[in-house]
Amino acid sequence: MFYREAGDFKTSYTEDSQTFPIKFDRYRYYAVLVAAFAVVPFFINDYWVNAVFLPFLIYSIAAIGLNILVGYCGQVSLGTGGFMAVGAYACYKLMTSFPDVNIFFHVIFAGGITAGVCVLFGLPSLRIKGFYLAVATLAAQFFLVWMFNRVSWFYNYSASGQISAPERTVFGAPVTGAETAPWAAYLFCLVFTVACALLARNLTRGMAGRKWMAIRDMDIAAEIIGVNPLRAKLTAFMVSGFFVGISGALFFAVYLGAVEVGEAFGINKSFLVLFMVIIGGLGSIFGSFAGAAFLVLLPVLLKNVLVGGLGWPTDLAAHLEFMIVGGMIIIFLIAEPHGLAQLWRVAKEKLRLWPFPH
Amino acid sequence: MKTKLLSAAVAAVMAAAPALADLTIVDTSYRTGPYAANGIPFSDGYQDYFTLLNERDGGIGGEAINLVECETGYNTEKGVECYEATKGAGNGALVYQPLSTGITYQLIPKATADGIPLHTMGYGRTSAKNGKVFEWVFNYPANYWDGASHAITHILEQNDGDISGKSIALVYHNSAYGKEPIRTLEGLAEKHGYDLTLLAVDHPGQEQKSQWLQIRREKPDYVIMWGWGVMNQVAIQEAVNIRFPMENFIGVWWSGSENDVKAAGDRANGYKALTFHNIGSDYPVYDDIQTHVVETGKAAGAGDQIGSVLYNRGMYAAMLAAEAIKTAQDMHGTSAINAAQMRDGMENLEMTEEKMAAIGLPNFGPEFKVSCENHGGNGFGAVSQWDAEAGEFKLITEYFQSDQDVLGPLVEEDSMAFAEENGIEMRCN
Repeated sequence: MFYREAGDFKTSYTEDSQTFPIKFDRYRYYAVLVAAFAVVPFFINDYWVNAVFLPFLIYSIAAIGLNILVGYCGQVSLGTGGFMAVGAYACYKLMTSFPDVNIFFHVIFAGGITAGVCVLFGLPSLRIKGFYLAVATLAAQFFLVWMFNRVSWFYNYSASGQISAPERTVFGAPVTGAETAPWAAYLFCLVFTVACALLARNLTRGMAGRKWMAIRDMDIAAEIIGVNPLRAKLTAFMVSGFFVGISGALFFAVYLGAVEVGEAFGINKSFLVLFMVIIGGLGSIFGSFAGAAFLVLLPVLLKNVLVGGLGWPTDLAAHLEFMIVGGMIIIFLIAEPHGLAQLWRVAKEKLRLWPFPH
Repeated sequence: MKTKLLSAAVAAVMAAAPALADLTIVDTSYRTGPYAANGIPFSDGYQDYFTLLNERDGGIGGEAINLVECETGYNTEKGVECYEATKGAGNGALVYQPLSTGITYQLIPKATADGIPLHTMGYGRTSAKNGKVFEWVFNYPANYWDGASHAITHILEQNDGDISGKSIALVYHNSAYGKEPIRTLEGLAEKHGYDLTLLAVDHPGQEQKSQWLQIRREKPDYVIMWGWGVMNQVAIQEAVNIRFPMENFIGVWWSGSENDVKAAGDRANGYKALTFHNIGSDYPVYDDIQTHVVETGKAAGAGDQIGSVLYNRGMYAAMLAAEAIKTAQDMHGTSAINAAQMRDGMENLEMTEEKMAAIGLPNFGPEFKVSCENHGGNGFGAVSQWDAEAGEFKLITEYFQSDQDVLGPLVEEDSMAFAEENGIEMRCN
């Protein structure tokens, strides 16, 4: 019924290799884009932007970045929080050092700087694998947070050690600072999210992605068939760092506006993003979005239902929230170890044949 | 995902429209996480006082108070979510008391843009004292830099005014909160000639072995602590373990509640903490709380914190907010005030001994007067000491003022830097 392939003829290679080969899927994707760009901005207010959309979009970028490293290239990383901090501090230093350059470019440069740092910490991956690499990246996490706390140059010698984003505009509309309109912050992040997702999707479909996956599946075999592990692993670290850096820059500049490194980019953040990737589905761009949505929106939803809807005490609700989210993570992973993306894939398979499965 | 968004939408709409009321007060509390031990008593005190006003007087000036609680977990992201969710509650939130320096830094620009006053009592951004720059932020009656100066003044008194060559270590929470006093302590070190050692403790503060090992090795004459939550208990326990003389260990007012010292047992006896309000439950207002709040079963939380240091502080914060509301009602001739009128009330707040006695809290806090230029009060504080046998803190000094000669220029410098960064024009001309 849905997702029908019958009658959907491909007459050129371009058509055959497009991202969404099934027509229904493609139109659904366009519809989501239109809704996101042309409908949502007219209806959102401060609460929706700050509690739902910004965290969702920004964590999605981080999850895509980590998914490239963990899901596609098989290199476990626990340094995401630290790399997000690099993006945030790079963005802050750029914003305050070059106030005349547009914030859009600062965010991209912040991603670039993070890519460099990430490659540096990715070097050990050439010798160590699996859990041992996780420990090496954990060192990056702690080192980076310590450094941003310790070296006062990074926070421009402010008394509190906090960095706070000054007001910057894009086409005359402020996107950072307190005067930001909800739609401006939302659209600014949306542009980055969509661009990152497109870039990631196409990278993973191309030669770079195939090399990453070859390394992930069996690095010795990949080396034998001619994949250079040095380049494959380091490009994965680089691309991952770029995305994570962008998300860190947006997290600081657009979402929170003021950041304290130990609190905002601690080890908890690394685990949060890693859980998003695992719950969403390793090696899937859609999974990154699904995982981010699950872990960002579910707590907000539960809080609103339990406290706002049912009027329960806030501490009880907060504790229940931990239990419910934890329980759902376990249930999801038992029911479908490959994450929400796999559930979605199975659902699509079923819908293809529905209502005549035989 | 779509259905999830949709249901989130429904829930958010439900959350955004609580019962209509006249004066909305938001309590951004934290009853969960590593800081809950300190967050619960403060929140209980804050809520109970407003409950008392509702039950006994029918609100303030005839307007009932609508109390909205939101759990932040001392986490900035949740704090932002709470702020956005509650700022439009009822007729609009009147004042925020986030009880977190990190969240305060987030909220200063947001609340300024939205026109909602912030009262960061004894925490937050110290230079917000300068009302010429920070129109919407208040930190009366005392701030961190006052606290740092109080601690040094107290040490000076014990050493007959000469502490040159003495060594003082600062054990601080490695965050905006803990870093606040460093600049002042450095400034005071220049003036008084003591050596300052800085020892940072990372969030949440359960791991402090290496810091206390260093203290044990270097044997500083005094240790000052800027801790919060579980960090306090651990630090006091570690100090007991290395047999550091407790009377030379001074915590800021956020490191001086019963929860912090009780875990360490009898040997915590003599631990000192600063405070900017009085201690204990020997006040007429507690009788009213007992009759109108506790006995009617309306006490917040478990109701077991009444009379503790942080409960008193939460109640004191609520009392100051209520007095500011009264001032605003008198000024504007309306009982249903809005956030902007609340700000005027806070800016013209004057706490006198007669006022406090009339409320039922005689001699509870220092007298102070807020003005357009000075949003921080006069910087009076006192030192309290833990008596393990009696199980309570006791004031051991009178209220004394902080070193305004050192603090004044620091406040001026920091607030001007903020004004320049954000293009703020000076007020109060």
